[in-house]
Amino acid sequence: MKRRLLIALFIFGSFFGSTVAFASAASEAAMVADPVAEKRLQKLSEELRCLVCQNQTIADSNAELAQDLRREVRTMIKDGKSDKEIVDFMVVRYGDFVLYRPPVKGITLLLWGGPVALMLLGLFVLQRYLRRRTTRINAEDQPLSADQTSRADALLKEIDPK
Amino acid sequence: MNRYYWILGAFAALVALLAVGLGLNPRDVPSPLVGKPAPAFNLNVLATPEKTMSPKDMQGKAWLLNVWSSWCVSCRAEHPVLVEFSKKVKVPLVGLNYKEVRGDGNFDMSKMPADEERKLAFQRANQWLAQHGDPYTLTVMDIDGRVGIDYGVYGVPETYVIDKAGLIRMKHTGPISPDVLSKKIMPLLAELNK
Repeated sequence: MKRRLLIALFIFGSFFGSTVAFASAASEAAMVADPVAEKRLQKLSEELRCLVCQNQTIADSNAELAQDLRREVRTMIKDGKSDKEIVDFMVVRYGDFVLYRPPVKGITLLLWGGPVALMLLGLFVLQRYLRRRTTRINAEDQPLSADQTSRADALLKEIDPK
Repeated sequence: MNRYYWILGAFAALVALLAVGLGLNPRDVPSPLVGKPAPAFNLNVLATPEKTMSPKDMQGKAWLLNVWSSWCVSCRAEHPVLVEFSKKVKVPLVGLNYKEVRGDGNFDMSKMPADEERKLAFQRANQWLAQHGDPYTLTVMDIDGRVGIDYGVYGVPETYVIDKAGLIRMKHTGPISPDVLSKKIMPLLAELNK
């Protein structure tokens, strides 16, 4: 596992310099030729995860696979496929994982619902705490009895005999 | 006191959740192809380049499809396991040579004509098998990696177990260890060949 990662990093690293220059030159040329298609390619690429560098989209990644998938998307755009058809093509092959925004499903429920559930739990705990605190303060904050008032007055007079 | 237990419990649950998450292998992406028909292809055979092979030819047999390349270092680690397997087991093992030349990275593909790439790919694949032993019933050449995309290949080596009806029953990403072979692949093959 570790070794494979290192190898991948090494391969990636050794390519990096050359491919970046190459990829940008190629995409610039294509951009000039068909700006609409390239915009779509860009948009779609940002929705698709590169399975090699898993936290990058295929728009960001310069891994071999990302380049292949971008080429694939470009071909499909040229063939007049809709965005949905292109995304489905990827999902059929690589699974939901290829989507940068995974769909809401049973298995992704914790992913989507987890933060909301945690926030609701936090709000609940906060509300309970605040309510308890109010009751406690109210309990402590009783008006003084007649006896206590006279004692307090006496003490105050001692300090400030005006 | 009670409520400290409660907080401690919540913290322990969080730690347990994160521990499970860290223990998972992020490269183990479940393949949506499991249970689906093996995608069709028609690729040239390495040993007999004038012939082609397609998954349909394997109908009625349980078989393995192993994606490999001579530039893939993990394939080298896996190779002895496959050679051993091919000696002992009669299950067909088809090699899918994936982007032999353009996957290497040592070649400037913008300057290489297609026929030259093709020639080089066959030559390199043959040489590698001659050097390390050939466990494959046959190897097909996916020179541009197009078939690899259909199979959802993202990290060579990968291995697919395909049943008699042509359905993919299992996918293993990464090198096959003797353990994976004996505990996962062999039992599945035994079941498929019943």
